[in-house]
Formats: sequence, C-alpha cells, structure tokens
Amino acid sequence: MQRRFTLKALTAAVAFASLGAVPAFAADTIKIGVLHSLSGTMAISETSLKDTILMAVDDINAHGGVLGKKLEPVVVDPASNWPLFAEKTKQLLGQDKVAVIFGCWTSVSRKSVLPVLEEMNGLLFYPVQYEGEELSKNVFYTGAAPNQQAIPAVDYLMSKEGGGAKRWVLLGTDYVYPRTTNKILRAYLHTKGVKDTDIDEKYTPFGHSDYQTIVADIKKFSEGGKTAVVSTINGDSNVPFYKELGNAGLKAKDVPVVAFSVGEEELRGVDTKPLVGNLAAWNYFMSLKNPTNAAFIKQWSEYAKAKKIPLQMDKPLTNDPMEASWIGIHMWKQAVEKAGSTDTDKVIAAMAGQTFNAPSGIVSKMDENNHHLHKSVFIGEIKADGQFNVVWKTPGPVKAKPWSPYIEGNDKKPDHPAGKSM
Amino acid sequence: MQQRRSGTAASVSGMTIAFTGFTMLRRTLHRLLAASLLLLAALQAQALTSEQARAIASGDSEDRIAALNKAVETADDKTAAFIQALSDDAVKTSGDEVFVMKDDKAYDPVSGAELKLPDDADDVINNNLMRSALDAAQAALKLSSKDDKVRAEAAAALFKDPDESRVPIVEKALAAETNPKIKAQLELVRDAGMLTSADKAKRLASAIGLGANTSPDTKLLLNQRLADETDPEVKTAILASVAKIDATLVWGERINAVFSGISLGSVLLLSALGLAITYGLMGVINMAHGELMMIGAYATYVMQGVFQRFLPESLFGFYLVAAIPVSFLASALVGAILERGVIRFLYGRPLETLLATWGISLMLQQLVRSFFGAQNVGVENPAWMSGGLTMLSNVTLPWNRICIIVFAGLVLLAMGWLIGRTRLGLFVRGVTQNRPIASCMGVNTARIDTYAFALGSGIAGLAGCALSQIGNVGPDLGQNYIVDSFMVVVMGGVGQLAGTVYAAMGLGILNKFIEGWAGAVLAKIAVLVFIIIFIQKRPQGIFAVKGRSAEA
Repeated sequence: MQRRFTLKALTAAVAFASLGAVPAFAADTIKIGVLHSLSGTMAISETSLKDTILMAVDDINAHGGVLGKKLEPVVVDPASNWPLFAEKTKQLLGQDKVAVIFGCWTSVSRKSVLPVLEEMNGLLFYPVQYEGEELSKNVFYTGAAPNQQAIPAVDYLMSKEGGGAKRWVLLGTDYVYPRTTNKILRAYLHTKGVKDTDIDEKYTPFGHSDYQTIVADIKKFSEGGKTAVVSTINGDSNVPFYKELGNAGLKAKDVPVVAFSVGEEELRGVDTKPLVGNLAAWNYFMSLKNPTNAAFIKQWSEYAKAKKIPLQMDKPLTNDPMEASWIGIHMWKQAVEKAGSTDTDKVIAAMAGQTFNAPSGIVSKMDENNHHLHKSVFIGEIKADGQFNVVWKTPGPVKAKPWSPYIEGNDKKPDHPAGKSM
Repeated sequence: MQQRRSGTAASVSGMTIAFTGFTMLRRTLHRLLAASLLLLAALQAQALTSEQARAIASGDSEDRIAALNKAVETADDKTAAFIQALSDDAVKTSGDEVFVMKDDKAYDPVSGAELKLPDDADDVINNNLMRSALDAAQAALKLSSKDDKVRAEAAAALFKDPDESRVPIVEKALAAETNPKIKAQLELVRDAGMLTSADKAKRLASAIGLGANTSPDTKLLLNQRLADETDPEVKTAILASVAKIDATLVWGERINAVFSGISLGSVLLLSALGLAITYGLMGVINMAHGELMMIGAYATYVMQGVFQRFLPESLFGFYLVAAIPVSFLASALVGAILERGVIRFLYGRPLETLLATWGISLMLQQLVRSFFGAQNVGVENPAWMSGGLTMLSNVTLPWNRICIIVFAGLVLLAMGWLIGRTRLGLFVRGVTQNRPIASCMGVNTARIDTYAFALGSGIAGLAGCALSQIGNVGPDLGQNYIVDSFMVVVMGGVGQLAGTVYAAMGLGILNKFIEGWAGAVLAKIAVLVFIIIFIQKRPQGIFAVKGRSAEA
C-alpha cells in the first residue's frame, strides 16, 4: 500500500514536474550568452556589464520577451584569462547553442574569441571602446572606434580651452588596444606637427601596482612644456595609478590625464578629491541630463537594490560600456523581431540601420554597413564626488571609422566586413 | 556672513560718498566737478555688477576669463565671495540670471538677497583652464591680506599661472611687502609675468631673474617661452637659466629613483619576511603564503568596515592601527590551523607540501570569493596617509610609501628580536638546526613548529595589511606577490634573515633602476632573468648557511 502510494506520487510528481519544466526547455526560450570576466584583474570593469545584460533580460522578459519567447541568459566567467574566453565561447555556441553572445572588454579577449565566432558563425555584441583595425561580420561593435573617442580627446587637449598641450605621454597597459591606439595617436600627432621627442610612450603589465617611477617620469617630462597624459591603462591598475598621482601632488591643472578606460565604476573606491579636473572621453556619462538617462539610472538603481548587487546596491553607478551593452541587447531584440528569427545571418542583415533611444540623449543608429554605432563624443572632467562634468561634446552623432585613416594602407580597406554580401 | 556684512558696509560707504557728492552739487553748482567725483566714487567702490557676474559665469572659457580678470582689477568683497563660490562649484545660472548656492538656497551674487531657484537652473561648469584662472584671481585678491601665510600661498599660486596683466597688482604688493621671503616669491611672480612681455628688455630681465628659482614650474615656464621666443639674446638667457635649473633638479630625480627603489624593496621585504621563516627556517614550500597575505588585507578591510559602522567618524583614521594586530592574528590563526591540519603530516616531503599548499591556496581564494565577492574591495587610506611630503621642489614622497618603509623596518626589528633574543626564537633555531637533539633537550618540537609557522603566517598578514594601502585588495592579491616572495628568499639564501633584507632591497632598487631606463614590462623580465643567472652561479643565494647545520 505504502509502496504503491509512493510510486503513484512519484509518477504524478514526475509528470507534473515535466509539465512545469517544459517552458524551461530550449524550444520555448532563446538562450543568450553572457561572457564577462567576473574575477581577476578585469572584474572591476566587467562585472557590472553582466548585471546590465541581466537587467535588460528581465526587462525584455517582463515585456513579453522576443518573438513571444522568454530570454534565458547563460552566464559564464572567463576570469580575465584570454584563452579561456575562446573556450567559453566554444562552450556557449557548441553546447548551450546560444543565439547571441554579449561580452568581452579587453581587445585581447575579443581577438581570442574571434576565430571561434567566425568558425561557428556565432554573433558577438562587443560593448567597449577599442582600437579599430578590425571588422568582422560576426561582431557588432557598440563601443567607440578611435575617431569617436581618442582623436576628439586629443583635439580637445590641444585646443586652448583644453590647456593647449604640446607634449604627450601615452601611457597604457601592455596589450593590443593601448599599443594600436597609441600608434594611431602618434601618427595623428605627427600630422599636427608634434615631434617624436615630444611624445613619450610607456607600458605597464596587466595588474601593475607600483606607479612611482611612471609618475616621477611624467613629472620630469612635463618640465619641458605643457604636457598631457593619455592613459589607456585597463582594469584595476587604474586604482594604484590614480592614488599615486594624487599622493605625488600632480594636479590636473598642470598635467591633465585623459583616460579612455576609466569611468564612474573604476573611480569607485578612489579618493577623487586630488583628481578633480582629470579627464575621460566617453560616449556616455552618468551625469548627462536627459529623460532617457534618468529612466536608465532609475531602473539600474532599483535593479541593483532588488538583486542586492554588492557595492551597486549602496551606490548605484552607470557608465559608458553599460550603456553600450544596454543599446546592444535592445538593438539585437529589434533585429530579431524584424528578421522573425534568431538565425545569425538573418539577424546580421536586420541589424543594419537599427535605431534606439540611447541614454546618452541621442537616437543611436547602427551603421548600415560597418557594424558600428553612430555616437556622440563627450569629454568630462572628474568632479570631487567621482562623477564627470561634461566640458566638451560633439554637436551630434559621429560615424565610426574602424579603419583609422592615420594608419598606412587603411584607405584601401572597405567600410564593411569582408565576406558580407553588400 | 562676515563677507556679506562687509559687502553691505562697502555699499553704504559708496552711498555716503555719492550723497556727499550730491550735496556738493547742490551747494556749489559745480556740476561738472561733481559728476566726475561721482564717477570716481563709483569706480573706486565699484561693486560686482550683475553684468559682470553673468559674464564670468557663462559663455566661452576665454571670454569668462577675460571678464574675471577685469573684475579682479576693481574687486571688492562681493567679487571675492563670488569667485570663491565659483571655485566651490556653488554657482548656477538660468537664462540671464546668476545664483550663488548656499545650504540649498539661492542668493543673488550682487544684492545678496535670497532668490527662488528656477527648475531649469544649470550648474556652472569650470574646466581646468577656468579653474586655474579662478585660483589666480583669488590669489591676486589675497595679496593684500594681513596674514603672512595667506600672502605666501597667494604668491605661490600666482606663480603657477603668470599673466602680464597682473604685473601691476604684483608690483603694488611688492612695494608694500616687508617679509623678505614673500618678497622674493613676488619678484619671481613679476618676472614670470614679464616673460611674455612684448618688451625685449623686460623679457631678458625676466629670463635671467627666473634662473634663480630652481623649481620644475620655472623650468616649464622658461621652456614654454623658449618655444615661441624669436630673439636670440633672450633665447640664450633662457637656455642658461634652464641649464642652471636642470643642474639642481637632477638631484631630486636621483632621490626619487632611490626612494622608489627602497619603497619597492620594503614591499618585497614585507612580503618575503614571513616566508623567510616558514620556508627559510622551517623548509616548508608554502604556496599559500600569498593567500595568508590576502587574509591580512581582508582583515584590514573588515576593520575598516567595523570602524565605519560602529565608531564615530573622527576615529576612522585609526582603523589601520587597529587593523595591524587583527591582521596578524587572523593570518596567524589560519597558519596555525594549516600547520596542525595539513603541513605537519608532510614534513620532509617537499613535493607533497608544495602540491598540498597550492591546493589550499586555491581553497582560501575561493573561500574569500564566496564571502566577499570576486571583485576587489576598496580599502581607503586614512587621511594621515594621503598626500605626500615635499622635500625638494621636484621631490614629493608619498606618506603611504614612507609609512610602509618605516613599518617594514619595525617588523624586521621585531622579528630579529623575536628570533635572536627570546626563548621562543632559541627553540625555533634549535629545532631547525637539529630536531632530534632539540627534542632530547626537552623541547616540544611539534609545538614549536606550530608556533613558528603561525608567526611566519602572522607576518604575512602584516604584509597584507600594509599592501592594502598601496595596491588593490582582491581574492587574487596573493598571486601577485608569491613569486616575488620566493625570489627574494631564494636569492637571499635560504635560512638567512640578513640575506632576505639585502635581496629585497637589492631587487627593489635594481627593478626601479631598470624600469626608469627600459620600462616596467622589460624591468620585470630583466629581474627574472637576472635571478635565474644568479641562482645558477650561486645556488646557495647571497649568504650561504655556514658550518655543520644538520638537515632536518
């Protein structure tokens, strides 16, 4: 009796569970991959991007999902380990069969996943500013190309308003993004009549924490004329770098530092009072005042509180790559709905010309050909509270030039991914 | 409040003068004279006008700076208060109106009356250029202060942003100045202002005069002028002054290089000292040494949290002092558990110890990750460790680095005393030299092992506490230091405390020397190559253990 009852109950339970579990199976959800480092040196920057994607997924699901199906995020941690990025991509595309991947921060991680993407015909949305010199049909770049960040920043610092810099320290972490950006900047500065003796290029390893010599060198270099520092330092090295700047008494009024990978999130936990006036160039700042941004910040604050995200729940911060992730996943959704399918090639075709109301205050448009967004450029100065004052901006959105004209041979490269039928 | 009251006083006196002028006009009917008097009175006590305030607060930086410099020429207390508010970022504009914010209320900068702030009011944003101009304007206004210190600061600030338009103000201040030090500084300011003069004689005098001041700022000014200078005579004078300054500055650069070497050396020393006991004396290849440092750093973070939450803010600066014993005890406790639970079963089996401690290091990392999250945690410098000590014009030694050097020295002394002068130290040395004989003498060798291992771990914790002040605190903090620690101990000679000190300082200075010359990336590689070659030539390290020490 007892056993029969147990059996019956078990069968019922199994039947019931399988009924309940049906919506969780792949057929009725669309799986998307989230590939951001949640540990290691890049975790400081990438963790909040994972949370942004998860927030967007919740938001989209609450509004009925995509093509009537719910999104199901598959979160993996490539741990700031570049080869692991490729392995995890293989896993996401091969095992989990995700429709799209949102991920990567450093260019070296993007370069690592690129061959896998192209071989398995996956789709990646890359949300961070980068050095250009790449155009893959399998990637949509929602961050800035050099002409949407680096070049305007240098222009600003050269102008009278920006201090009229004559000498340049190009300081970065030793990998492909800083090296390529600095190569472009050096070529650009040459066109502006800056000599090689007035450019000092320096690199540090990932995770470097002793910036004494570098700061002392910058001080010495700056005695020779009005100097500006262009920093492409990535990850948690920025914290000791800015601490050292503050402690050594190097003021932004004398030697301004413009950073391309430092936003609101990286400055959390740094005493920003000695850093007031140092700059960052981005396509979005949390301090921008417009209704879309206000709603974005509100949504993020509520999400961070509800999910008890460490640090963010007490002091919610948004930044440029978060905005780019937000735009990316929404444009992907629109493209899937336009294509009526999650098939990679159909989505790629439908992405061209997609528009979305960006929190930066413009209607962001995906270029018809070159897989990059049209973006406004803002230059902000660090305030005492860790936010940014916008001191300069472009009049409107700028079209990306992934192939910088300042690198030889680029003028012959087409403005659309190779192998894509136009 | 003070400023507003004196502002009212100024306008009252202005009115009195105007009134006197008015009666004069009535009495003598000399209209022309009276009118000019009125004008004069208005000029002298010219208060900040709303047009001026608007011109300073809105528009292009260049126009704003021009308006500001103009306002400074005829400044009164209201102008000073307004400039102060601007540099405090407490000014808003809306359309043509300018508001000064104070305690969330808006005031008119001219009349001081409270206004209603419109909803569309925007913050006035000052960029670096504007902020420099504001600082200089404030400094120019402070030149007439009665306080010597304020005047000295004002003169120093003016030197940073020289402008020919301010030369008359400086000349006036020079004539009234009695303090010789400030006088000298003011002369420099005047010279700096004249460096861009159209008059060649003035430029020449300025270029020669500036050579007397050997600060990097002066060199920058001269170099900037050199780029635009066309007159060969002035050019030579500038070059001569720059050479003079360079000769002095080079000493500062040397001090900087040596200091940063010692500072890196002290960090290496701190991280290697604990290992000098556990690996050096006891022979345990402890791959979890870095994680013991990480535990010390997290203990510091926890103490910071405790102070923030439970104690008044005025005591916050002391959290680090309280964190020192806590981080020592936390790591020592973990070390003792490690020794009792795992390592004591593995003495004399180095390969197994290596693997076991490596596994433990991964477990400790994961443990911290589950408790505190994978992201770095923020450990703040207490206020007394922020900023730096300015020794020479181009040498600023950061307080946090100075503290760590001193701290490393103290830990070294304490450890030397503990090992060399106490009963526990005697036992430790006895056990490591000859375990069976020490045991025969009645020493409880197992317990001594635990104590020694806990001591080494505790010192690793202290290192973690110190490192939290200069680097990032995260679960993989230890990974960045473990290789360095082994490098130092092996190079110094296993079992040699003095060797550890020499190796740490030597590697620190060598690293910084190469970095200054070949960059950080190459320096790291070069140091590793150097150690490999060194160990091949001299496997026993700098100091070899002499005599008949028996292998345990």
